[in-house]
Amino acid sequence: MSNPMVSLVDAGKSYAQLDALQTITMTLGEGEVLGLFGHNGAGKTTMMKLILGVISPTQGQVEVMGMAPDSKEAWHCRSKVGYLPENVSFYEQLTGLEVLTYFAKLKGFSKKEAIELLEQVGITYAMKRQVKTYSKGMRQRLGLAQAFIGEPKLLLLDEPTVGLDPIATRDFYKTVDQLKANGSSVILCSHVLPGVEQHIDRAMILSSGKLLAMGTLSELRQQAALPVTIKPSGLNGTVAANTKLNGFLSSSCQQTLMVPEHEKLMVLKELLSLDGLNDIHVEAANLEQVYQHFLLEHKLSEDELSKHGLSQPKQVKKGQG
Amino acid sequence: MKQIFIVANKEFHDGLRNRWLVSITLIFALLSVGLTYFGAAASGVLGVASLSTTVASLASLAVFLIPLIALLLSYDSFVGEQESGTLLLLLTYPLSKSQLLLGKFIGQGGIIALATLLGFGASALLLYFQLGDADIFSAFGLFIFSAILLGLSFTAIAYLISLSVSEKSKAAGFALITWFLFALAFDLALLALLVGVEEGVSQQGLTQLMMLNPADVFRLINLSGLDASGVNGALAAAINASLSQTQLIAVLAAWVVLPLMLAIFIFKKKKL
Repeated sequence: MSNPMVSLVDAGKSYAQLDALQTITMTLGEGEVLGLFGHNGAGKTTMMKLILGVISPTQGQVEVMGMAPDSKEAWHCRSKVGYLPENVSFYEQLTGLEVLTYFAKLKGFSKKEAIELLEQVGITYAMKRQVKTYSKGMRQRLGLAQAFIGEPKLLLLDEPTVGLDPIATRDFYKTVDQLKANGSSVILCSHVLPGVEQHIDRAMILSSGKLLAMGTLSELRQQAALPVTIKPSGLNGTVAANTKLNGFLSSSCQQTLMVPEHEKLMVLKELLSLDGLNDIHVEAANLEQVYQHFLLEHKLSEDELSKHGLSQPKQVKKGQG
Repeated sequence: MKQIFIVANKEFHDGLRNRWLVSITLIFALLSVGLTYFGAAASGVLGVASLSTTVASLASLAVFLIPLIALLLSYDSFVGEQESGTLLLLLTYPLSKSQLLLGKFIGQGGIIALATLLGFGASALLLYFQLGDADIFSAFGLFIFSAILLGLSFTAIAYLISLSVSEKSKAAGFALITWFLFALAFDLALLALLVGVEEGVSQQGLTQLMMLNPADVFRLINLSGLDASGVNGALAAAINASLSQTQLIAVLAAWVVLPLMLAIFIFKKKKL
């Protein structure tokens, strides 16, 4: 972590009409996988473009491998960065192999590497076919192969699993884990997806250009203070009668307890001491719930501000620093 | 340099794959052979017309066709890749905007240049076998060289269009308008100026105005060398006051370089 792969200090990008991204500060270490979540238009792609050096920040600093990515010095670093754009459609009239060879050559590699990569993503059988005959999943695999050219030290993947079938998705995450083990840093950008949780070290939640939350999943769970769902079975009315437990009962379902994280152990001990308990199901808030929570919280605070006549985005920005 | 070559190679192969090279070459060859043989038909004779008549007819043909073909070939070069997302991806590669643009220019320009050389070269050879006159090669050499410059100039202009709009269909519309303006409307306007406004422009002024249109510069290059018998209209007037051949070629070359530089400038400013 001594030399961060990516660091953003108060970095932001605004266009004439719109603040696409407002003052973000973050770092990404070597071998770290960051999940970047947000709705469409939340600023995910803008942040990726800033890190890629395709656009320059209007304020603050962006550094990748210790250099501003939009500068001339960072030029040679570009072959160590892999990027999978959202919705890319490759040259339809070329074959998969021709497309990948073109991109590999631009990064200083040859056709041989291109063939190996196609093997890795499992579309060797179709590499002599024109891309226009490819299915959505095959195109996505081709895009991934493109991002993996030259074993990049930094990978930015925009919606990498869209269109992939479950097996391909599993293969993809396996590759991510492997890259991570080799010390590559990865930024995974997506709408919240089931299954992404165990592959990311940290999550970052963006909404309309603002950073809502960042941290490891357990940190975010704590911040969100979302309750743990505990479902005991075989207890019938005992829980409702227990004064220590009945306060946690969910209003909608009499069999379910919603327990704050710090009281989880106490409740579990109490439940275990009860007779008749034959099974117990404990579920911590998942990423999707954490994400929903932060978005809702953000929306409520926006509403609060607009009630006080502070609805203009510029003023909101000032108010929130 | 290597990056430029990789892009150029890809664009050139695209041109081969899309049958652009073959179709352009065929169009040029058929039309020029046809003109060479039947150019004199109007005067009641079949067979090879005089060299100057042939080059004059070829030039009048090329001045419409070449800009149209160059614009068609290149109008979607950038806007097309922008729409499909590959432009953004390419720019994250170790490839600068000017390298990408020059690479495309060399590749697509190569297609135009080769097609022009092969297509018109075919009729030059044919004429040579018929007439056995070595002058043919110098006359055709100049014609083909300037035709290539004309093609490159409109390729660069097509890039300007492609970089300035955000939709492919708009680029197509602008390309068509550009062609109409340079190939047709400009001359009509000049003629109107010459005829309609008395004492409006001098011969000198007219020639200078013609420098504003690469198609007219091309015409001047090819017609000023010939005996003026086959030439009429506004051109004939301009030719008398014309600049030297070398100067004209330099102007046409500037019509390649300047739009290209402007295109690079626009590309660098372009928001992605």
